[in-house]
Amino acid sequence: MIKPLIQRDHAQHPPAYTPGYKSSVVRSPRLPKLSMPSTRTEETGPVFGHDVLGPQDNNLVINYTGQSAIGERVIVHGRLLDANANPIAGALIEIWQANAGGRYRHKKDGYLAPLDPNFGGCGRTITDDQGRYEFLTVRPGAYPWPNTVNDWRPMHIHFSVFGHAFGQRLITQMYFEGDPLIARCPIVNTIPDPAAIDRLIAPLDMACAMPMDALAYKFDIVLRGTRQTMFENRPEGL
Amino acid sequence: MPQSLLLLPETPSQTAGPYVHIGCVPNHAGISGIYADDPGQSPFAKDAAGKRITVTGSVFDGTGAALNDVMLESWQADGDGIYAPYQGWARMVADAHTGQWQLDTIKPGPVGPQAPHIALWIVARGINLGLLTRVYFEGDDQLTDPLLSRIDPVRRVNTLIAQETDPGCYRFDIHLQGDQETVFLDI
Ligand SMILES: [Fe+2]
Repeated sequence: MIKPLIQRDHAQHPPAYTPGYKSSVVRSPRLPKLSMPSTRTEETGPVFGHDVLGPQDNNLVINYTGQSAIGERVIVHGRLLDANANPIAGALIEIWQANAGGRYRHKKDGYLAPLDPNFGGCGRTITDDQGRYEFLTVRPGAYPWPNTVNDWRPMHIHFSVFGHAFGQRLITQMYFEGDPLIARCPIVNTIPDPAAIDRLIAPLDMACAMPMDALAYKFDIVLRGTRQTMFENRPEGL
Repeated sequence: MPQSLLLLPETPSQTAGPYVHIGCVPNHAGISGIYADDPGQSPFAKDAAGKRITVTGSVFDGTGAALNDVMLESWQADGDGIYAPYQGWARMVADAHTGQWQLDTIKPGPVGPQAPHIALWIVARGINLGLLTRVYFEGDDQLTDPLLSRIDPVRRVNTLIAQETDPGCYRFDIHLQGDQETVFLDI
């Protein structure tokens, strides 16, 4: 059943223009967005079958060469929910990250830290019927980036998340509890609400850590919700 | 105190950054062997019914430079105006040198009162929250379209209309800032 999306609460998100993050200055729209209720276009979205996944897609430790990547082994897991607290099942989650030294396998990354021949840096999975997902990876290193002269990104994993509706589409970043670089990061600080920043920080989850194997961090993700009332007040196609 | 409404706040967005290709189009980024194919290479099967079209464009920043690290996703109805779960979605990346992207697809049909359109979602370094906009097509009947009719001032409607440069070939440039700033959507 296709339901209208609840309007987005922009207070949860960074504004477009955030001069502390210099790249946003010339890439931020300046005029107000056009607001209107969702239509079928935003309330529907692509579906991905398990057949797109390979068996090691969610295991970044070995999915590049089959040999173990270097670094601290960590499980990253959580649930994908909508704002109504319903689990979102069957949703594609893609992640990417730097290696344990803070280096990306990307032609634009020239950081001093070396590439790890056994680490590609991407993974993906599809949430189960409870909205759960999990990845095994290595803890990404912090890395410096050109913004002001000495800015460093905290350890982070990039997340690309699909819901059931194109209007729920979200890209974000997960941070690790206790990292002193989080509070200093200009990209983190594009988010004005400290409580919203906290929702991007995954706690250490010793209940899910595997003894003698891997630590665990728990990161739940919430996408926009849908209006639950059954009354309809719109013409076909909207 | 009344009862709580219990709505969970949405997870905040963060920029896709300059390395979005690693996670979303790894083969394009030169990371081969993990995924057989990059997702979203084509929105429809080769034998899908409908008129084949091409939409080409660039995303320009406030200095007039084309973003060469931008990624876009498209979502659209089929030629009959139907949204179907396993088709209609594609992912495009700008050429690293020219900044140009291209979508080879089927011309969507009208969806109820909505004129034929393709939703676009744009992410890149420097974009804090993915930007939503729409491609409409020069020459279509757009009088009843509820979105276009809301745009004020009316001259900004043009920012959402792709121009047909050759039969079946449309040009759709996106301007993040300036006199020609594209209409972005909060839907
Ligand atoms: Fe990063």
